Amino acid sequence: MVKKGKIVLFFLIIALFASGIAYFAKPVVNDVSLGLDLQGGFEVLYEVEPMNEGDEINQDSLLATTTALNERVNTIGVSEPNIQIEGENRIRVQLAGVEDQETARDILATGAELTIRDVDDNVLLDGSDLTQNGASASVHPEKNQPIVTLTLNDADKFGEITREISERPLGENLLVIWLDFEEGDSFAEESKKQDPKYMSAASVNAPLHTRDVMIEGNFTTEETRFLAEILNAGALPVELNEIYSTSVGASLGEKAMNQTIFAGSLGVGLIFLYMVVYYRFPGIIAVITLSIYTFLVLVVFNAMNAVLTLPGIAALVLGVGMAVDANIITYERIKEEIKSGKSILSAFKVGSRRSFATIFDANITTLIAAGVMFYFGTSSVQGFAVMLIISILVSFLTAVYGSRVLLGLWVNSKFLNKRPGWFGVKRGEIDEL
Amino acid sequence: MSFNPEKWNVDLTKHRKRFFIGSGLSIVLGIVLLLTFGLNLGVDFESGSNVEIQADQTLTQEQLLDDFAAINESYTPNITLGGEQSQSATARFTVELSKDEITTIQTYFQDKYGHSPNVSTVSPLVGQELARNAILSVLIASIGIVIYIGLRFHYLYGVSAVIGLLHDAFIIIALFSLFQVEINVPFIAAVLTVVGYSINDTIVTFDRMRENINKEKEINSFEHLAQIVNKSLLQVLTRSINTVLTVLFAAVALLIFGGEAIRSFSLALVIGLIAGTYSSMFLCAQMWLVWEWKRQKKLKNKPKKTEEEYI
Repeated sequence: MVKKGKIVLFFLIIALFASGIAYFAKPVVNDVSLGLDLQGGFEVLYEVEPMNEGDEINQDSLLATTTALNERVNTIGVSEPNIQIEGENRIRVQLAGVEDQETARDILATGAELTIRDVDDNVLLDGSDLTQNGASASVHPEKNQPIVTLTLNDADKFGEITREISERPLGENLLVIWLDFEEGDSFAEESKKQDPKYMSAASVNAPLHTRDVMIEGNFTTEETRFLAEILNAGALPVELNEIYSTSVGASLGEKAMNQTIFAGSLGVGLIFLYMVVYYRFPGIIAVITLSIYTFLVLVVFNAMNAVLTLPGIAALVLGVGMAVDANIITYERIKEEIKSGKSILSAFKVGSRRSFATIFDANITTLIAAGVMFYFGTSSVQGFAVMLIISILVSFLTAVYGSRVLLGLWVNSKFLNKRPGWFGVKRGEIDEL
Repeated sequence: MSFNPEKWNVDLTKHRKRFFIGSGLSIVLGIVLLLTFGLNLGVDFESGSNVEIQADQTLTQEQLLDDFAAINESYTPNITLGGEQSQSATARFTVELSKDEITTIQTYFQDKYGHSPNVSTVSPLVGQELARNAILSVLIASIGIVIYIGLRFHYLYGVSAVIGLLHDAFIIIALFSLFQVEINVPFIAAVLTVVGYSINDTIVTFDRMRENINKEKEINSFEHLAQIVNKSLLQVLTRSINTVLTVLFAAVALLIFGGEAIRSFSLALVIGLIAGTYSSMFLCAQMWLVWEWKRQKKLKNKPKKTEEEYI
């Protein structure tokens, strides 16, 4: 007697998954955040060095730096920048979708340490004298030139400074505004150059009791906007040295991704075909569980907010291969048991049980390798390892349990009892007990 | 479809000396290759800068060299052309270009070809660290694997499995040295995957050997042990072939259609998968056979007490 109920249940489960996948496939696929290599963008690795001698680089200063970097990135308009601390003194910044590398570099690494000095390079005022969001881009009312205006905290302090400077002889009565003054820089040197490093040097003729300072120079409107933004974002607490950078054009990434997706689908298609041709009915079950597997991997991947990279896609395809291996091990075992003369039901039971230990040991060791890769690897190797770990765990769920439940429904329905051919076993190969 | 290797009358263990000599020779050859040819390390591993040039027209090496010379006479990068009609090219500098130099180069090519080239730079520090990490990862993973297999099986299985995976990783590196394929970061991921695959494959084989040995009451001779190993190898042969075939479908598809960016990754996978299947059957299992017999002989020569420790 064939138990039709089990077969009906099988089709119900399939229908449930099929409609679930059909409904969610699009949002899930759209949710996958693509790595730099896939959507194009810019990546820089910085080594963090103390701004002043004696400063220490520790977790706090690294965190403060990433916060400052985040604010700066916001001014470029990158929605989801990836800023990571690596090791003791490294910060990796990934800006997906950014095409203008130079602006990005400037915005990220400019120290934005504002100082106002006299001609002898003594600091009169610095960034801490600026009010919150005190810098803005504007236009000089008379000369109609783009300028940056600064608002200071204390009008009296500025009055005192300007009074002192205005008393100096002509040529020395200058208020020099510097951005990122470095040791060794000097006004005396720079003022001889055509394009001096300081931003402006205005002569002061009378004490100015005001909170507003104008920075004049040969600026374009864009430059003034940039300056204002970077001054408002605040100075970096540390110095950033670029030690590595890479950038991928979006078109290059897109082409590479389409190629990889095509290659991946082709590979998976061939695997499906082979499984059905070689293992017949269980092969069809394998195709179903593998489809569910692929879908679930993407769901888990999204849930972890991981970023898909080219090696990640390759790991996904490879993961399909490993899930296939679990099916092959099980089906080979079942075939062996059928050939040894066991009934389909007991062959299925024994085959599933014996193959489980093998799959378990094999997967755990691969998991160990993937874990080591994740722990010691850097960005792209890590992305690969994450994908591999997810793949192994999900394949355990689908290729081992899922496959067993689905095939079990058919076996227990007794429909397959007299049909070893559905497992790819010929009657002549079965040993009579 | 029927394929019954377990009924074949083949003795795979008989030729074990040839396998050992063959693998030994290829490792020696590999070392010689590494010492003479060396590896073609990509920009990820050596300090320098990569300028990726895109154009709408076909590019030639001479033309690009002229372009670079026009920007700065001292520029003599190593140029590789890519794309179906050579519309893209990578110029490799062994020096790190400064920010200003990058801007000049980008402006020049933007004006001339309408695409601003991508410039990546790397300091030797990062490359050295990557290489060191990769080697360290494999070694630590190996120790972890030996411990795990030692607990689940026996340490001799673990040692032969790890020798097998190091062999596979080395074969990939040696072949990359022979063909001078560029080595980049995804390549490391590939080697590590092969390490994972190789161990996976070996465990499945070992698992069957252990099962068959546990079925026997007593193993009296080397021939008996060899016969069990041979039987196990033939039993898992169908599975090994089917698994490597299916994974190869994916890897070969990636190699042929996957694009330039993952070419060295997929090539390493294809080589490694084949080496991994070979080493599980012909290297690891056979090494284990020889060592295990030596161990059993030692146990037998000793006073009785250890009789039940194993089997």
